[in-house]
Amino acid sequence: MSTTSATDAATADPAVPMAAVVARGLTKHFGDLVAVDGIDIDVAAGETFAFLGANGAGKTSAMRMIATVSPVTAGDLRVLGMDPTADGPAIRSRLGVVPQEDNLDLELTVRENLLVYGLYHGLPRPLIRARIDELLAFAQLTDKADNEVESLSGGMKRRLTIARALVNEPDLVLLDEPTTGLDPQARHVLWDRLHELRSRGVTLLLTTHYMDEAEQLADRLVIMDHGRIIAEGSPRELIERHVTREVLEVRFGSGRQPAATDALLALGLPEVDAVEGLAERAIVHTRDAQATLDALDRHDLRPRGHLTRRATLEDVFLRLTGRQLVD
Amino acid sequence: MGAAPDVRTVPIGAATTRPALRVMAGEAIAFRRNWRGFLMSSFGNPVAFLAAMGVGLGTLVDRGGGTATLEVDYVAFVAAGLLAASAMQNGFGDGAWPVMAGLKWRRNFEAMMATPVGPRDLFVGRLLWATVTFAGNLLAFGLVAILFGALDAGPVLLGILPALLTGLAFQALSTAYTAGLKADTGLTNAYRFGIMPLFLFSGTFFPITQLPTALQWVAVATPLYHGVELTRKVALPELGPPVVSTIPVWVHVAYLVAMFAGGAWWAVRRLDRRLYT
Repeated sequence: MSTTSATDAATADPAVPMAAVVARGLTKHFGDLVAVDGIDIDVAAGETFAFLGANGAGKTSAMRMIATVSPVTAGDLRVLGMDPTADGPAIRSRLGVVPQEDNLDLELTVRENLLVYGLYHGLPRPLIRARIDELLAFAQLTDKADNEVESLSGGMKRRLTIARALVNEPDLVLLDEPTTGLDPQARHVLWDRLHELRSRGVTLLLTTHYMDEAEQLADRLVIMDHGRIIAEGSPRELIERHVTREVLEVRFGSGRQPAATDALLALGLPEVDAVEGLAERAIVHTRDAQATLDALDRHDLRPRGHLTRRATLEDVFLRLTGRQLVD
Repeated sequence: MGAAPDVRTVPIGAATTRPALRVMAGEAIAFRRNWRGFLMSSFGNPVAFLAAMGVGLGTLVDRGGGTATLEVDYVAFVAAGLLAASAMQNGFGDGAWPVMAGLKWRRNFEAMMATPVGPRDLFVGRLLWATVTFAGNLLAFGLVAILFGALDAGPVLLGILPALLTGLAFQALSTAYTAGLKADTGLTNAYRFGIMPLFLFSGTFFPITQLPTALQWVAVATPLYHGVELTRKVALPELGPPVVSTIPVWVHVAYLVAMFAGGAWWAVRRLDRRLYT
């Protein structure tokens, strides 16, 4: 996916698809707290872009500024080619927002929730009614249309929140932690729905602290830490750039682990790029897992268990920050 | 992935209704869920109050020479006062718990802010819908008062207007107050230490001339006093001083309009601060 430069996007010919979001030095302060610390972002139309980071990294603050519900402290921000300060309502009429916690109206039925939201967008009732049927089918909630929202499962509520965000046929959909708190099956149903949106060409911008979610969905992502962007690229690029293709996990048992990790590091094995020591295991970035295991064996550092697996974004995050994404 | 296909099928210009009216329409849809409760309380409250205060207590008052002092039966005196006092209760209530719910529990205000609707539209839309429901409440009250023989139909209908103004002034101020609260204990306190004393001592149940002079001045400074006086002067035009005050009607109106305008300005400001952070 190409990155459109800010100036080009802002003055683009209307026939050329406009960048969905362009940020330069975007900053957000809450009193003394710096939530977002001068980030640059380019999200092209049609792209699925993710903010990956631990809780408190500044993902939600960035999203809220893009959603025009939070004033920008400093820097430049254009959303769908418009200025969030001056054109908030116009931007929001073309946005779909899926907040971190569902804020559906529990007292209303599934259908009424969609109707009311369509009205807030100023759409005529006959159009909303027609669209509700499509959205219910999309969210697989047709059978639940006249149930009160209170009675829905967590996964259904989440799908309804997404359906609600689509009632105005948005050009850009913002999803803040779309699958947090859902069981694995509900997550997969939801990912499936998001893939369908992608294939329709809707621009998706999501935050997540699940690396598998970013890998599943994102064309491109930024890793955020302490309000800054510390890495940027496609999931594959990030893995290739920052970690070895495969990683070896070795477990020595909790008592021996720290000492064994240190000993492993001290060996200075030529095929090993880096070792991340965790409480219960060490993650070895090695170009040859078998050679590393053989070397451990030779040096009487026999792990209680080991696992060779494909490197993930989680490893990238650990490598870059020294911390795990989800504790 | 290439260029995004044009997924938009509705031109932007299709959004024609003003955002505040959309909020009002949303409130109306939510109202469909509890219209039974609305009818019950709209008719139940005046029946209970007029039976207990007007007829029960009123019989004693009238026998004890109340009618001579008040110029009308006690039930008429208290019905006119209650028209304004019940509007105050509705106004405070509508700006209190539903606003707290919208901000904190139901969080439907947050959901609204993700659409073109802004804090001012939210306030105005809720106010418009409140005007409809308060008017419904007051009509029900007036009807009950007529059936009790307390008030005459013509003046009662006119008396609804000052009572409505009282309710809306309280709704605006109460919304502003709630928009700055973190927890609902502030609402319970406002009811206990604000609304209840106003209800009891602003002339609803007895002329404030019965109070010690110092407290009379306090009463004159409070908003419900002006609501009650204005409503009583309109709904019971035969009354004169000292049962009602010599304060000109325009002073009551100016007080309530100023309270409404100040409350509305403050409410929009505080909603904006709360929802746009």
